[in-house]
Amino acid sequence: MSVDTLPPPMTTEAEKGEEAPFRVLVRAFFRSPAAIAGFVLLTAIIGLALLAPLIAPQNPYDLNQLDIMDSRLPPGSQSMTGMIFWLGTDDQGRDMLSGIIYGLRISLGVGVSSALFAALFGASLGLLAAYVGGRTETAIMRIVDLQLSFPSILVALMILAFLGKGILNVVLALVIVEWATYARAARGTALVERRKEYMEAAESLAIPRWRILFVHLLPNCLPPLIVIATVQVARAISLEATLSFLGLGVPITEPSLGLLVANGYQYMLSGMTWISFYPGVALLITVVAINLVGDRLRDVLNPRGRE
Amino acid sequence: MTAAVARRLLQAVMVMFAMTVIVFIAINVIGDPVDILISPDADQIERARVVQALGLDLPLWQQYLRFLWAALHGDLGESYVYNEPAIRVILQRLPATLELAVSAILIAIVVGVPLGLYAGLRPDGILSRVIMTVSILGFSLPTFWVGLVLIMFFGVQLGWLPSGGRGQTAELFGVQWAFLTKDGLAHLILPAVNLALFDACLILRLTRAGVAEVLPLDFVKFARAKGLRETRVIGVHVSKNIMIPVVTIIGLEFGSIVAFSVVTESVFSWPGMGKLIIDSINVLDRPIITAYLMAIVAFFVIINLVVDLTYTALDPRVRLQGEGP
Repeated sequence: MSVDTLPPPMTTEAEKGEEAPFRVLVRAFFRSPAAIAGFVLLTAIIGLALLAPLIAPQNPYDLNQLDIMDSRLPPGSQSMTGMIFWLGTDDQGRDMLSGIIYGLRISLGVGVSSALFAALFGASLGLLAAYVGGRTETAIMRIVDLQLSFPSILVALMILAFLGKGILNVVLALVIVEWATYARAARGTALVERRKEYMEAAESLAIPRWRILFVHLLPNCLPPLIVIATVQVARAISLEATLSFLGLGVPITEPSLGLLVANGYQYMLSGMTWISFYPGVALLITVVAINLVGDRLRDVLNPRGRE
Repeated sequence: MTAAVARRLLQAVMVMFAMTVIVFIAINVIGDPVDILISPDADQIERARVVQALGLDLPLWQQYLRFLWAALHGDLGESYVYNEPAIRVILQRLPATLELAVSAILIAIVVGVPLGLYAGLRPDGILSRVIMTVSILGFSLPTFWVGLVLIMFFGVQLGWLPSGGRGQTAELFGVQWAFLTKDGLAHLILPAVNLALFDACLILRLTRAGVAEVLPLDFVKFARAKGLRETRVIGVHVSKNIMIPVVTIIGLEFGSIVAFSVVTESVFSWPGMGKLIIDSINVLDRPIITAYLMAIVAFFVIINLVVDLTYTALDPRVRLQGEGP
């Protein structure tokens, strides 16, 4: 199979020619101040989440480090041991700042992993639909249309009502909620791409179908999918937070930002607003940063798609 | 046309059937209904008796037919918590949810349309830019957190408005409504504003885009050339032409609003269907969960059906699914 061992034509072309266009894209991306702000914020947030154990003043899961005497202290208070709680403490005496930094890990982890799996699954089905056509296409797109006619929160609610709480269940629910968006976008792009000459060339070379799909077609459909994936991560984080707030999301042992907000909810009416407020601010900054980056990516990668 | 309508109707019925299968499988295959229906301290004889009475010893397809038959007769089981038919418990909560959803839509229109008109007419004004930036924020903010901030600010800090519950209700057409009493109305404001936020931003952006599209057209120039006053040009000629997409979105968004009321109702302890379903999931009140899912799916299937059929009636160019190549 000498054909199979040949490097795929698109990749070699890309390697030669992409260097300059990529730099052009990067430069275009950073021309917008909003995009720079979003990028810097997002990098900082991802850094915080990845390095949580090194940065956070306290390990919020380690019960030995918590003191019930420190519970529900307002922001800026000092603990018995001299530690300062910049954002106050919750009902267990947990430092809110540390809780938020660790919560970011869960929220980002759930958001990114669900968006990735949904993209893999949805884009594969979308490409398949566009490439195979016929009944397969009709069947896949019917399911997509049907699912998109229901609001995402409702679909997620139904799934979690039966599966119960848990990080894996939440990720699964989010993947089921999100895959349809990718499938629709991938099919739309693939329908345009498959008529191009390189596809005809690949087919003439009798390359196996799966190889045509994933090595030739998929890379050329990526730009719009990357834009959607960015925005979907923000949507997933927001939806996860909402589900966790409703008590259907992540378990109490691994609190995400949404669950932190929910924990503080009962104390809010008695004036202890910081327990709910700051995790919400962290959530907001994360979502806005991702959306700023996503907006700019859309402008840069797809100049026609501007509003 | 008739064939298309019939096909669309058939499709709606099939979706409903598919949902009964999914819901049935979810209840009976993923979870074990015996554990939920029988108290843990029941002895073996008691257990066997209940299993037989409920038909849980039958093959799965027979159980499904029983479930379907009962569901078609409006019987989706009795709530474990309320000891009443699940459907009745849900219908009792329906007015509260509808009241909230309709208020939210009204607020979204009253806020979104004028601001969108303004932003569209003066696209370069500072105020327009502020409006557009705030509307992006409105899309990004998670509903539940906005609700909390509203409670924190207007309920706790300022103490102007009650922070939860539905307040006093008054009867109209045999149903209790909160908007008829002063107290109920005060309770309604915050949750309705919270629920309206997203759609207000959506309507605002749609209106602005519509104005930007319509303003350079000839009929606007002609109306101005005729010497009509600006208020009439905007109020009649422009408005009429931008209202079509806005009205469509309002229709489509109604379903979404009812779905998202789950969040708002939980934040504000508003005693509607949304709060009921969350409470029921937390105490595993399966009949309520089943009934809610079936009711909401039926609701959405009907909304989608009406929207599709209206489109076909209004614009014959819109192809119904299945007629395409």
